[in-house]
Amino acid sequence: MSRAGKLLLLALGVALAFALSLLAGKVWVPLWGMAAGDPRGLIMMDLRLPRACLALVIGAGLGMSGAALQGYTRNPLADPAILGISSMAALGAVGAIFVGLGGSVETVAAFAMAGAALAVLVLGLLAGRSASAVAFVLAGTVLSSLAGALTALLIALSPNPFAMSSILNWIMGALTDRGWTELRIAAPLVAVGGVLLWARRGALDALTLGEAVARSLGVDLIRLQLVLAAALALIVGGSVAVTGVVGFVGLIVPHMLRPLFGAEPSRLLLPSALGGALLVLVADALVRLVPGAGELRLGVAMALIGAPFFFALLLRYRRDLA
Amino acid sequence: MLAAMGLGVSSGGKPLIADIDAAVAPGRLTAILGPNGAGKSTLLACLAGLRVPDAGEVRLDGAPLAGLTPRDRARRIGYLPQDAPLHWNIAVRPLVALGRFPHGDAASATGRAAIDRALAETDLAPVAGRLAGTLSGGERARAMLARVLAGAPDWILADEPLAALDIAHRHAMMDRLRAIAARGVGVIVVLHDLALAARMADDVLLLDSGRLVAAGPVHEVLTPERLGAVFGVDFAYVASGDGEPVLVSAWRGVEGRRP
Repeated sequence: MSRAGKLLLLALGVALAFALSLLAGKVWVPLWGMAAGDPRGLIMMDLRLPRACLALVIGAGLGMSGAALQGYTRNPLADPAILGISSMAALGAVGAIFVGLGGSVETVAAFAMAGAALAVLVLGLLAGRSASAVAFVLAGTVLSSLAGALTALLIALSPNPFAMSSILNWIMGALTDRGWTELRIAAPLVAVGGVLLWARRGALDALTLGEAVARSLGVDLIRLQLVLAAALALIVGGSVAVTGVVGFVGLIVPHMLRPLFGAEPSRLLLPSALGGALLVLVADALVRLVPGAGELRLGVAMALIGAPFFFALLLRYRRDLA
Repeated sequence: MLAAMGLGVSSGGKPLIADIDAAVAPGRLTAILGPNGAGKSTLLACLAGLRVPDAGEVRLDGAPLAGLTPRDRARRIGYLPQDAPLHWNIAVRPLVALGRFPHGDAASATGRAAIDRALAETDLAPVAGRLAGTLSGGERARAMLARVLAGAPDWILADEPLAALDIAHRHAMMDRLRAIAARGVGVIVVLHDLALAARMADDVLLLDSGRLVAAGPVHEVLTPERLGAVFGVDFAYVASGDGEPVLVSAWRGVEGRRP
């Protein structure tokens, strides 16, 4: 099948998942539920539609970030959450709430983006020294633990226990009760970040043959890192600010699509955006269907799927990574 | 003309190369030779614009190389490092297409034609669709060369392009590099195989401990006396079957094992 055909098929899958996301939940709303006067129409239009749109945006952004990050670090284990970028974004967001700036979602998003950008720059320093894949993941893990510890510290110091529980809840990552406000904030950030990643796709390809070749081909590695830091800050920071940490999307999606679309980072960006949207839409529809009074957190569900996937990858690559 | 003017590089206070003045002409195959640690790769990286010298400068056709933007420099100078990693198992054609990155036209008609030419010139057209990770060592070396050729640079700088190749592939690679130089491209290669350099290079830059010992046409530079002084091994030219003198080295190690 041609590349365009495969992309079309993926897009079709996204459309189906989007429809599923509108219909599925504790209350199944049939398509005719949208008819005027049917109260179920409210569920669909006011609750599920913005949530599905947000899942689409966040999933696309995280999928694309994963593909770009794997290309940049030349590391098949890279993912914004595994490398601590999401945790640093969460730390930024919690920091904003801690200093009393939690009232404005825009400010929280700005702090989250600053945290994410800082994480990418720290990781970039490591990649610039051509650290091995394992060293890179370890550094990300340490960064992630540090951010987690600092977040916990801020929560512990917080004077308001209610704020604390709501922050904890939010860090787990979910699309529950998110509405048009969150979408209005996240969508432009993810879109601009996506355009930045797209613009640097050639440079990511050039890194396939290592930094020396990329530099000899005219890639300015420092500028590339800055652009990537900005793009990932927009996408991951913007996502974390409205949904909390939803991990592993960026890890899983590029892997599933690499055999279908080829391994060049440039050829994976667009499919990974579609694949990420598909994965998050389906996962978010499924968490609503888990029996019980409440909902499974999306971040928890993704970690339950993603962690075994990560271990499987480690097993597969252990010889190359050693 | 690619020229080093008083070039010096040091690392951790230790000079890697110092006071190197040399000019390399286009359309010739120039070999950089010297013992391990002589500074060959450092000099090549400076000439390629990939390493900023601590002293002196590199000039390309009279203008400072450092004055070019990375893209402009990349259009003029192609660089082939020693065993470049292949981080993603991509197909041969997109690998070669990376050579068009400085031109930004891999998808255009011009770019595609340049990629096709590079594949044809390296006899890789039949395997263009194969994954580069499945290529043999010889094919992979050709694919890396094709990547440089696709960019159609005026200069090709290669760091030990023969390192991983068997003797037949070494000769074939040197033949290709000679053919490329014959088209007017300046080819500069770091080599370890002195006999092959003596046979196939036009010019030689001979380094020892970071200093330029001699530079010029191959037969003027590679005299047995000078090579003996630099490498600490006895050398001689002997007549070969086709009448061309061949550089051979004599074993002067363990007693009784002299051939």
